[in-house]
Amino acid sequence: MSTDTEAPVDGTQFMTFHDLAYDAGKTDFQRKAQPVGQGREGELLEVAMGPQHPSTHGVFRMDVVLDGETVVKLKPVFGYLHRNHEKIAENTSYLGSMPYTDRLDYFCSLTNNWAYALSVEKLAGLQVPERAEYIRLITAELTRVLNHTCLAGFLLQDMGALGTPLMYAFREREKILDLIESLTGARMMCNYMRFGGCRCDLPAGWLDAAKKVVAEYPKFLDEFETLLSGNEILMARTQGVGKLSAELAVNAGITGPMLRASGVDYDLRKVDNYGIYSRYPFRVPLGDHGDVYDRYMIRMLEMRESLKILEPALKDIPEGPVVDPKAKLRGFRPKPGEAYGRIETPKGELGFYLISDGSPNPYRYRVRPPSLINLTILEDMCLGQTIADAVITLGSVDIVLGEVDR
Amino acid sequence: MPLETLEQILARAGAAVPGAQLSVVKNDSPCAQHSLLVDVGHAYAVAQFLRDDPQLRLDYCSNVTGVDFLDAELSEKVKVKKVVDGVEKEVEEVKKTKRAGYLEAVYHLYSMSLKHGPVILRQRTPGRADPVKVTSLTPLWRSCEFQEREVFDLYGVLFDGHPDLRRILMWDGFKDYPMRKDYVEPNDYEYEPTPHDEVLAKAKAHQAAEVKA
Repeated sequence: MSTDTEAPVDGTQFMTFHDLAYDAGKTDFQRKAQPVGQGREGELLEVAMGPQHPSTHGVFRMDVVLDGETVVKLKPVFGYLHRNHEKIAENTSYLGSMPYTDRLDYFCSLTNNWAYALSVEKLAGLQVPERAEYIRLITAELTRVLNHTCLAGFLLQDMGALGTPLMYAFREREKILDLIESLTGARMMCNYMRFGGCRCDLPAGWLDAAKKVVAEYPKFLDEFETLLSGNEILMARTQGVGKLSAELAVNAGITGPMLRASGVDYDLRKVDNYGIYSRYPFRVPLGDHGDVYDRYMIRMLEMRESLKILEPALKDIPEGPVVDPKAKLRGFRPKPGEAYGRIETPKGELGFYLISDGSPNPYRYRVRPPSLINLTILEDMCLGQTIADAVITLGSVDIVLGEVDR
Repeated sequence: MPLETLEQILARAGAAVPGAQLSVVKNDSPCAQHSLLVDVGHAYAVAQFLRDDPQLRLDYCSNVTGVDFLDAELSEKVKVKKVVDGVEKEVEEVKKTKRAGYLEAVYHLYSMSLKHGPVILRQRTPGRADPVKVTSLTPLWRSCEFQEREVFDLYGVLFDGHPDLRRILMWDGFKDYPMRKDYVEPNDYEYEPTPHDEVLAKAKAHQAAEVKA
């Protein structure tokens, strides 16, 4: 690797199309020359997929070089939704960023809230009351179920099963969103967690409604899986597509269902034991092949495990306060220091790195976005495959552009 | 298996990489996540040791980020003995020291195989004047690729050895580094859709200038 140390800062002198190839025999990455266009007939075609392409799940661009239908190069281009979330958060109070975290991954605002609250609690040394821990666990697992349901719908949409699976998924998602709306007042932009607890207590009858949704959910999953999991077309489209090896997945910092589909047993709910996850036994599903089908199946299985956590948790939830009475809402100034907190969101490890200088605003506020980092190896997964497979590979990564671009 | 203390890691890393200047940066918050400061020249070798050492096996680099520290005046309370009215007394005085600003690249390392962490690695630039340079760890951990690009994009830290250092979130023609603490926002307040308070004042000033010209 050659480095031009005196290069200007502009950035334009760097190669736009480079090749980072991963050699399984070695541990380091090396630039590998690729025989682009050699021995091929016809010309290579450069296509800009996006930023308004329907398969990109938002404003995201992939600069693809095609040889016929085969992907020869693929470069993701980010920034269309960039609003410098971190800078805005550094100019406001700690609590002021809580509603803004909803807008990171707008499907899972409750887990975003939890990750941020957890980091600030680490920074300031706050304790969370028992009932709030239960509410956090319940809402996070409901979020996981609804995210994975939607993902399955979107993935099928990407494969060309237009409409039906997505509508089935959205029908079920609405049931969970109704629960979240009655709890927080908003379907998606919840702004629910607070440092040291939650904003408000559960409304009357909420637990019964939630128990009903959780009890009926396996029926939907059975129906969904009967239609999909053994479906010949789905298997033909997804098996062996977008393969990712365990070694590369670990090195590239892939987290969440994508990592576990490659067979790496790493779930922060087990590793970090945050919240009260240690009280509920659940299994971590692992994949064998690391292909798109495994990623789909992992999410199906994870939903069932989440329901297994939800069922007893909804029964066990104790009475009590939902926020630490010592936690200050106004004039909240953590002592100087820093903290990195992370949780397992449906998309992977969401972390917040905070530095306090004793003032009401964070000195440094950093979001570690799982969606962005899971895209690091998008090119590696898509090379040599058809353009249609690149679409479903991207769909199986499960990105939300609000979090990728921040 | 619990992780050894940062001092033990420091001692072993210092032995494995001769010449490396390592120190522990204390963190006063209750979570006590202290970090390891390494000089830019030996950062790669130390990081490689952290990744490959069988006891540490920090194979997963979770988070990479930059931090900007401006020039600051640090005030410290010091007790000084002074003779006041013929009697020797101990008096508290505020001692002021100037600290030159610097930029940092912070790496949060975990081990997926041994399930421990974090070990926090920091690289510090000598000053804030461009070009600021640290060593890229992308060849060791692929997960740094986009995150180091982001630090370059938003903080202007150059990563030596990064294979593809381009802007990632801002557009290519953008000149400044928006996350730096001394970044000045462009004066385009006339585009503000709902100006209020100080923004309204700025927007008005701008519009008046427009009319005159």
